[in-house]
Amino acid sequence: MSGHSSYEFSNPVVKWLDSRLPIVTMVKAQAMDFPTPKNLNYWWTFGGILATMLVIQLITGIVLVMHYTPHVDMAFDSVEHIRRDVNYGNIIQKLHANGASFFFIAVYIHMFRGLYYGSYKAPREVLWMIGVAIFLAMMATGFMGYVLPWGQMSFWGAKVITNLFSAIPFFGEAIVTWLWGGFSVDNATLQRFFSLHYLLPFVLCALVFLHVWALHVSGNGNPVGVEVKSGQDTVSFHPYYTMKDLFAILVFLLFLFGFVFFSPDYLGHPINYVEANPLVTPAHIVPEWYYLPFYAILRSIPDKLLGVVAMFASILILFILPWLDTSKVRSATYRPRYRQLFWILVVVCLGLGVCGAQPAEGGWVIASRILTAWYFLHFLVFLPLLGLFETPKPLPSSISESVLAKQAAKSTAAAQPAE
Amino acid sequence: MAGACAGGREIGVTQLHREGLIIVSTMETTDSERRDFLYIATGAAGVGFAGISVWPFIDQMNPDASVLALSSVEVDIGPIEEGQSITIKWRGNPVIIRHRTPKEIEDAKAVPVADLPDPAARNANVADSADAADANRVVDGNEKYLVMLGVCTHLGCVPIGDAGDFGGWFCPCHGSHYDTAGRIRLGPAPENLPVPPFSYLSDTKIRIG
Repeated sequence: MSGHSSYEFSNPVVKWLDSRLPIVTMVKAQAMDFPTPKNLNYWWTFGGILATMLVIQLITGIVLVMHYTPHVDMAFDSVEHIRRDVNYGNIIQKLHANGASFFFIAVYIHMFRGLYYGSYKAPREVLWMIGVAIFLAMMATGFMGYVLPWGQMSFWGAKVITNLFSAIPFFGEAIVTWLWGGFSVDNATLQRFFSLHYLLPFVLCALVFLHVWALHVSGNGNPVGVEVKSGQDTVSFHPYYTMKDLFAILVFLLFLFGFVFFSPDYLGHPINYVEANPLVTPAHIVPEWYYLPFYAILRSIPDKLLGVVAMFASILILFILPWLDTSKVRSATYRPRYRQLFWILVVVCLGLGVCGAQPAEGGWVIASRILTAWYFLHFLVFLPLLGLFETPKPLPSSISESVLAKQAAKSTAAAQPAE
Repeated sequence: MAGACAGGREIGVTQLHREGLIIVSTMETTDSERRDFLYIATGAAGVGFAGISVWPFIDQMNPDASVLALSSVEVDIGPIEEGQSITIKWRGNPVIIRHRTPKEIEDAKAVPVADLPDPAARNANVADSADAADANRVVDGNEKYLVMLGVCTHLGCVPIGDAGDFGGWFCPCHGSHYDTAGRIRLGPAPENLPVPPFSYLSDTKIRIG
């Protein structure tokens, strides 16, 4: 799919460079001429949106570090200083904070797109697994970044989450002390979180490079789930998808900047405007919204170790998803039963998010237990069995055929009222 | 070099020198055995040294000397009235010191150890094997004063005093209830609140750590 371009460059400088380092050829073949299925819908634009968000987070983050001080006595004040004194600091800081939320909105849509259209199936298993690694790295980055403003929620979030590791038998306490660099979350912890929060985005960049590399080996999936069979099924990436992606990116950024300009604190917690106090825990501590479903799974299980295991398992299970789904048909469009299960899973995940935000008592605990059970049943029981019993709808023989059939249906529908 | 010896053929040293290649060879050991040994030895040394050199970079994250130096603090507990608690900071963590009322002590003593979720004393000042009877939660038989880390054994939040179903402490994070001896009674926390190492310097002064 990533065949070598035979293009001859007329510019002598480009020709000179390309014969020594074929970077121009590579960009042309991989980013411009790259054959892309012609039926991609807007759910496929979230890859480009995510790349944009990574760049926004990198730029705003590097700029924030020019003004931020990673020390327990100064961190909180230096973030206030950025908000109040630094030129455009208020916008840059809010763009970084809200950018994290929107990064997760985009990644969740991107992941559910993959679940709906079976993007994890052969030959894209490695592509999918790198994606899960990216998700894990994002969660670690987001968690450590949230600690840096050193507010009450930053501190207690850090304490509770690092304490998860104390559930590990025998070595738990030693591991937590090692993570903290002390006997509690303190300056040593803040400084190492800062260091790693700066490092991880570059690890993310490397993982994204591998993700795109794997994508360019197998080629894009598509909503029909039938592989590309001829040149008729594809269009060049540029300009068709560069422009479609750009349009989607701009619409997405409209929402992001809507929050940044008009409701910058909506996704945050007011208590984080109180400086960290190691002696007082806020009455109701919750993680950022994007961790809530996993937090609900953690709390749904009354045993400390098993709760932690279930929480990590709920993410790690995605690594083996390509082998749990036994159906050969990729797209949920042609899998009527799977489509129903998919939407139930969406509701279950949203429900877990709602439960995670509530105090762990009464009906909320029961609800999160039921939802947690369904989450694991979906992946471990329903998916493997469904592939054996479900009768998929007939697949079109090619992407082109499905596109033409759609157009024909549209034109007859349009023609009918005229009669 | 490897190419010159392909097939295990013995080539005269002079001939190799003439071709610009250096080789060390003896008649007793064939080249391939010798090289296998050297490759494995070099590889093992490389892996070994790389492994050893990782340790300083891991260990630097452990508590440093300045953190360890702060491990002892003296507190005057005389001014604490009956039924009153104070919280002080020790090793970055809150330590709760409570002057218990006679009723609180009675309540704690009335509970059979067998009914406790965590039957161990969790007291650094008594033997590890001691049970969680109220007498083993205090030091020197001084039942009035309960000294313990205010760090929930579930996920590290600070429990709130005079709260919960057992008249002791309640953790707001995930709903663990502790009794008037700081023992876990209900909720996800696995252990009793730990009693730190401390000693009475006088009737009204203690040193923690």
